[in-house]
Amino acid sequence: MKILVSTRKGLFEVDRTDGWAVGAAHFLGDPVSLSLVDPRDGAWYAALKLGHFGVKLRRSDDRGATWTEVAAPAFPAGADGAGPSLSDCWALSAGGADQPGRLWFGSIPGGLFRSDDRGESWVLVESLWNHPLRSSWFGGGADEPGIHTVLVDPRDSARVLVAVSCGGVWSTPDDGATWEIHTAGMKADFMPPALAERPETQDPHRLARCAASPDVVWCQHHNAAYRSVDAGRTWAAIEPPPSHFGFAVVAHPTDPLTAWFVPAIKDEERIPVDGKVVVARTRDGGVTWQELRHGLPQSHAYDIVYRHAMDIDGSGDVLAFGSTTGSLWVSGDGGERWDAVSHHLPPVYAVAFVQG
Amino acid sequence: MPRVHFTPNLARHVDTASVQVDGATARDALDAVFAVRPQARGYVLDDQGALRKHVQVFVDGGQIEDRQALSDAVAPGSELWVMQALSGG
Repeated sequence: MKILVSTRKGLFEVDRTDGWAVGAAHFLGDPVSLSLVDPRDGAWYAALKLGHFGVKLRRSDDRGATWTEVAAPAFPAGADGAGPSLSDCWALSAGGADQPGRLWFGSIPGGLFRSDDRGESWVLVESLWNHPLRSSWFGGGADEPGIHTVLVDPRDSARVLVAVSCGGVWSTPDDGATWEIHTAGMKADFMPPALAERPETQDPHRLARCAASPDVVWCQHHNAAYRSVDAGRTWAAIEPPPSHFGFAVVAHPTDPLTAWFVPAIKDEERIPVDGKVVVARTRDGGVTWQELRHGLPQSHAYDIVYRHAMDIDGSGDVLAFGSTTGSLWVSGDGGERWDAVSHHLPPVYAVAFVQG
Repeated sequence: MPRVHFTPNLARHVDTASVQVDGATARDALDAVFAVRPQARGYVLDDQGALRKHVQVFVDGGQIEDRQALSDAVAPGSELWVMQALSGG
């Protein structure tokens, strides 16, 4: 079993043999925003954010032995050079099983790009970029808005769910030709009261979908957590303890009632409550919760877990998450106990299991 | 013909051998390089064709002034250096 950990200073393989240990390093010294393991062909992708030279995308067809540079998306040239430029890769997702070569790339600023040739070329999804409501998006986790979640419906690859920080949860029924925004039930406390339910100003930090019951989608929002049972059309508030703010959420792959969150205090205090790292789990759709702390630091811990920095394997038993202070924890029993793999990694941006 | 040199820090990503090219401006000279090394373009220029924020270009010892259009003049004997800025690491 293997985990790919994207960090501020490289991409690390973390392997389980007798126990979990940090193994091979790739792009050492370079910021790696995200990785993707394509379940269709086994290819690995790594999105680099080079401080001087921009966003780059690399692909490996031999599980990291060698890497090839493929194209990074680019925004079309604007009049007099006034258009946007790619700032970061914030989502990288494989298309459906019936779409070989299809990749989705969400960026900061908030562009959605599509590739049908394994990243050799990209097109901006102009139907979303040119949507009138996009001008109301604004920066959340970064100065500019960004697309951080792209979820392809496993029952119908043309149905794709996209989440934006900050503006809302979007879906397409027709492979990106048209888009709808659905945030009914969400509420943004950072807006004036009269505007708190406006869809395009909601700040979903991360979505996670139950693979076996794709209508069930969980959301860690800027001000709350939510669960949808209708593929993201409507949202019911849930209350993971000990606080409602956070970034990461993962869904159990087969049990639509189970999910995990990693709460922090609140938006203006982005640290764990009382300096104690905790994972909140529900097994009944958000009615009741367990605060999972065994093996996690419970004194003067200021680890924040970014939105892509928690993942779950296909069995639903093994979870891993990494933090801004370079800690990486793994659990083999659904979060009851956590083992620290390292406390000395660079700041962790993303964690991804290599399935299979 | 002006000669274009690249920071060695780019060498682990793209071909950085120095090259002589035609061109009357920094834009002309760099475009001539990118015509034969297309992968290098995105390392030096952003999506809109401007110089990346943390990349510097020097012509005969001075930083170029027009980071957007790269219209700074170059002479037949000019030396261009594409460098990584101190900022941005």
